[in-house]
Amino acid sequence: MIRIIDYGVGNIQAFVTMFKSLGLPAERAHTSTDLTDATKLILPGVGAFDHAMEKLNKSGMRDTLDAIVLEQQVPVLGVCVGMQMLASSSDEGVLPGLNWIPGHVRAFDNNTETAGQLPMPHMGWNDLQVNPGSKLFSGFEPQPRFYFLHSYYFDCYNKTDVAATATYGLEFPCVISKGHIHGVQCHPEKSHQFGAQLLKNFVEL
Amino acid sequence: MLRPRFIPCLLIHKGGLVKTQMFKSPKYVGDPINAIKIFNEKKADELLVLDIDATANGVEPNYNLIAKFAAECRMPVCYGGGITSAEQALRIIDLGVEKVAISAAAIENPNLLTEIAHTIGRQSVVAVLDVRKKIGLFSKGYEICTHNGKITHNLAPSTVAKTLQDAGAGEIVLNSVDCDGEMKGYDLMLAQQMREVLSVPMTVLGGAGSLSDIGALIRACGVVGAGVGSLFVFKGKYRAVLINYPTMLKRDEIFQNANV
Repeated sequence: MIRIIDYGVGNIQAFVTMFKSLGLPAERAHTSTDLTDATKLILPGVGAFDHAMEKLNKSGMRDTLDAIVLEQQVPVLGVCVGMQMLASSSDEGVLPGLNWIPGHVRAFDNNTETAGQLPMPHMGWNDLQVNPGSKLFSGFEPQPRFYFLHSYYFDCYNKTDVAATATYGLEFPCVISKGHIHGVQCHPEKSHQFGAQLLKNFVEL
Repeated sequence: MLRPRFIPCLLIHKGGLVKTQMFKSPKYVGDPINAIKIFNEKKADELLVLDIDATANGVEPNYNLIAKFAAECRMPVCYGGGITSAEQALRIIDLGVEKVAISAAAIENPNLLTEIAHTIGRQSVVAVLDVRKKIGLFSKGYEICTHNGKITHNLAPSTVAKTLQDAGAGEIVLNSVDCDGEMKGYDLMLAQQMREVLSVPMTVLGGAGSLSDIGALIRACGVVGAGVGSLFVFKGKYRAVLINYPTMLKRDEIFQNANV
């Protein structure tokens, strides 16, 4: 069962709808009991980093989540702020991230090269430069494009964790993978055939 | 490269999909859910759905309808109409909508946007400005209106836009009352002036009558959202209802030709 982690933050329904249209069984997880049958996990998220971390930490699911991701190695896909939560820390808050993929979440506006140069947030459809080895992109048509809506990006400490990048003023990691842990900054649940293919690939990993 | 967004704008009136002209005479063009299904198939960049009854009638957003279209929508969607509180905004986001649009309530009280941005993140907060040319013998410039053009505020659009941006809006939708449904092109001067004062993304709505009008907007303002009403629901000079949308290739071509 694909479980979408419902900790009170993020667009859960969009994932439920998307998986339904793909014919893949997916349900929300509200409690740690709900997580026990998970074979794949989706960690959505919107809004501020600290708010999302606090909600997850207080959801009653955090310990179980750590156990099934880190010990049982159930594949997980963090989306948008859900991806940023995989990091060690963020410019946007003081709380520690999950630290599942080493990195720091930076504000585009804190970067001296790009500050004030481009409209913020980064909003709309942008191209991805895909690392050819990434299994999340197997069978993709050339030059995939995805919908973005964010002002912070994941700066990976290990470049080998970067599966795809996008460019908005600067080139930034927008899809990351470290073993069975994955994150996407863009919105596969709202990116037509490209997003559908990525979610399908994740489920088939 | 980030691309301009071609955004069908769907107006909801009495549960149906309508198209207005200069904010008046709504013409019924079909069922909103059916329209969304067609825009899914055509792989639209994003949708803007505005309930034009809610604020005017002083009622809450129609959550049942929002839930229905959000479940159907496979592209990002922004909903506007009747939102007056952060709780309502959060409830709508939870139904599966990416962004909420606020107009009258934000112009009355910009702090509302701060509160909503704090709850759902500013990337999901859109402020809509209905703008119209001042009329009267010695009048010049533009003014803001709300409640489907019925209430006028003697405020300069660029000042209000900046205030709402500073308060927490992550996007400004600039909606020209005079150009609405006229299909004679966007008000490019107004759009350019607004683009210059804003640091958030902007979507321009009102006036698109052809794909070259969209090209002209992109040439004038760069990578912006192009809101489109009539052009994507009507065909021909008799305004026969036929939902249409340019292909990805066509959209790319328009963007390239704009030489941004």
